[in-house]
Amino acid sequence: MVTPDPTAAPSATSDVKLSVRNLTISYGEEAILRDVSLDVREHEIFGIIGPAGSGKTSFLRSLNRMDEVSDTMSVEGSVLFSGRDIHEVRNVYNLRQRIGVVFPLPVGLPLTIYENVALSPRLRGIRDKSTLDETVERCLTRAALWDEVKDRLDALGSLLSGGQQQRLTIARALSQDPELLLLDEFSIAVDPVTTMRIEDVLRDLKQEVTIIMVTNLVQQARRLADRTAFFLNGKLVEVGETEELFTGSVQDQRTRDYVEGRFG
Amino acid sequence: MRRSVGDLDRRGRAWYVDKAVAGLVFIGGISAIVFIIGIFVFITREGWTFVFGTLDFGEFFTSIEWRPTSENDPTYGALALIAGTASVTGLAMLVAVPFSLGAAIFIAEFATGRTREALKVLVELLAAIPSVVWGFIGLAIMNPLIIDLFDVPIGLGVLNSGIILGLMAAPIMTTIAEDALKAVPDGYREAAEAMGATKWQVIRQVVLPAGKNGLMAAVLLGVGRGFGETMAVLMASGHSINLPTSPFDSVRALTATIAAELGDAPRGMEHYQALFTLGIFLFIVTFCINLAADIAVRGVRKG
Amino acid sequence: MFAASALNERNRRVEGIYKALFGLMTVLLVVPVLIILGVLIAKGGPAVSFEFLFTPPTDQGRQGGILMPLIGTIWLVVVALIASVPIGVAAAIYLSEYAPENWLTRLINLAIINLAGVPSIVHALFGVGAFVVFFEFGISILAASLTLAIMTLPVVIVATRESLQAVPMAFREACWNMGATRWQTIRKVVLPNAISGILTGVILEVSRSAGETAPIMFTGAVTFLPFLPTGVLEPTMAMSLHLFTISNSVPNMPDEIKYGTALVLISMVLIMNAASIAFRVYLRGKKKW
Repeated sequence: MVTPDPTAAPSATSDVKLSVRNLTISYGEEAILRDVSLDVREHEIFGIIGPAGSGKTSFLRSLNRMDEVSDTMSVEGSVLFSGRDIHEVRNVYNLRQRIGVVFPLPVGLPLTIYENVALSPRLRGIRDKSTLDETVERCLTRAALWDEVKDRLDALGSLLSGGQQQRLTIARALSQDPELLLLDEFSIAVDPVTTMRIEDVLRDLKQEVTIIMVTNLVQQARRLADRTAFFLNGKLVEVGETEELFTGSVQDQRTRDYVEGRFG
Repeated sequence: MRRSVGDLDRRGRAWYVDKAVAGLVFIGGISAIVFIIGIFVFITREGWTFVFGTLDFGEFFTSIEWRPTSENDPTYGALALIAGTASVTGLAMLVAVPFSLGAAIFIAEFATGRTREALKVLVELLAAIPSVVWGFIGLAIMNPLIIDLFDVPIGLGVLNSGIILGLMAAPIMTTIAEDALKAVPDGYREAAEAMGATKWQVIRQVVLPAGKNGLMAAVLLGVGRGFGETMAVLMASGHSINLPTSPFDSVRALTATIAAELGDAPRGMEHYQALFTLGIFLFIVTFCINLAADIAVRGVRKG
Repeated sequence: MFAASALNERNRRVEGIYKALFGLMTVLLVVPVLIILGVLIAKGGPAVSFEFLFTPPTDQGRQGGILMPLIGTIWLVVVALIASVPIGVAAAIYLSEYAPENWLTRLINLAIINLAGVPSIVHALFGVGAFVVFFEFGISILAASLTLAIMTLPVVIVATRESLQAVPMAFREACWNMGATRWQTIRKVVLPNAISGILTGVILEVSRSAGETAPIMFTGAVTFLPFLPTGVLEPTMAMSLHLFTISNSVPNMPDEIKYGTALVLISMVLIMNAASIAFRVYLRGKKKW
């Protein structure tokens, strides 16, 4: 059982990708997440479970400084990305570019399928057509969408079906060549078959990318996550190896109640 | 390929372009403020020596003698001009307010589907007719009509320009009033309908009270429009200095006076400055009207 | 039971009466204008011909056509657009994409409302004081067009802001999350999806500027000029002022020339406006998300 020690110095070991210390997130006066400290290791899938309104989505938003585009959201505490405090990064766009995000509701941009995936490389200044072609094919393939759309890359990404748009969103996140992938309840608008396909993709991906996955499906966390954190009412209740959370060797009664479906 | 952590700090071209654009559009944004201040500054610049020197405020507001071109004793009484503007605007509102509010209620609450769309487009097109065309209509169509109907020697005056101005202001008021009614949440209507109220009861007891600030703003903007209208009033009012006692009297409006006389007033002369003074007066009054309308609308948003 | 249905019956009748009343008011609002348009077409239609449009006016406009005013209006509108569209679009981008909710933004919005609400003749005085006198452009197309540009700026700003705000927030968030800067997001995703809405605003502005008289009459438009302008520092004739002159100031003006000129002017304005509305309706049916 790994219980985070808030007083411990940020881990400098190379296998920690993301280190969060004393993170508090507020909207206006009201704190929605209080004093969270946890570490995410390189190449793991880190699950975050908890009932709606427990601060999971806000937590993800704070990791790539998306709080800054909101008028009301404010963040205290530190987040170390590859050992670097993200709030000291001078070019936030470089930071965001290294962190891929997938939303609960798929957002296919109103561009062609090709341009949806080529957008990020283009923004980084890649103009070479064959490099772009290669990136588009690789990312769409990895996201298990290539076979379905390879003959109509000129169609609008925003008009694909929900499940296809979600895989397009994943392909787009992959086109950023991210080091960290944030998934926020990605299966909400997706049918079960597609969900299973995406889960397979994620298992593959963790060889290269660190993944943080927020889910309200407890079983999904069990299937995918190496370690899991349980958020409740704006607090981190505990964090540990996923199997331990599910096999009952947890310390907190609330976690046991939640994973066994007694509330939430 | 691993990128180094230090790369996170590198600010490339995109970063600088973004900052530059943010600055540029900010300039665009505040340009509206710059222009409105510029308008005030430049009309004041041309008129202030007169305002603080020659102008007798008592005379300006109480005398009907507007004789700026008199050789030995020019007088600048704007009362008749103010009365002209007020009478024409007043009549216009008398015509336009009931009709445009009625039309707004019909379009927003009763009309449906294609009828509604068609009416909206028609009203929008009416609002686009240029004021000089309205003035022409006043001269060429309304004038002979009024002469025939009422057996008067001349058809240019309060009645003619009031009706023209009413027809001009009505589409704008209709559009704004309709928006105000549409802004009343459907939930209000549904709640009242669920209690068994008829459509008219819903309108009278729910929609109109909820939208009244927006309707007031519509009327105020209509007044502002009438007050500031120039060409149509110049052409249809007869343009003679008068305190009107009947709808057939010819009057002269503040705006029309500027339009008619500025061409003959040499720059820097008292007359020229007096016309800019009228402009300052118009600017201040319309500014207050617009401010009042804005406050009325804001009341709706808060409520 | 019986009493209730009698009450219902009465309510229904009251509602019917009000519906008819308001419907009648709407009709009365629209019909006179349609009649007037009919008269304009009936009396002006015969005068309007290819020759009328492209012949210079002579004898103070009593003979010939409307070539100079027509071309002059095009000059004025084009120069006004060149000045106002970039500023208006920039202002709208600021208000829609950057402006925080603060006192400055409220002040900007108030200024926009006032730019639209200040009487046109006050805009004319401003044009004289600022462009003709202070900046020494003289009575010129430039001075008149800049005056028009400032006066019609709110049209562009409001239309552009609306079409920018119609682009869903989720698209912006998706781009920001990818590490796109604000400007990259605007250029790649927001503007391409708002451009047609901006275009309808620009068409609307063309229609507004073409019909305005007061702002140009002391700043750049003159009553009679026997030749076409060759540059922006020259004065010009204009359709709106020409209609004013020939209907108000020139005696013995043949009716068909007056009506013909009015018809051409109103057609220019209404066709532009109708095009803008049609374009908007067409876009509504063509969703990209």
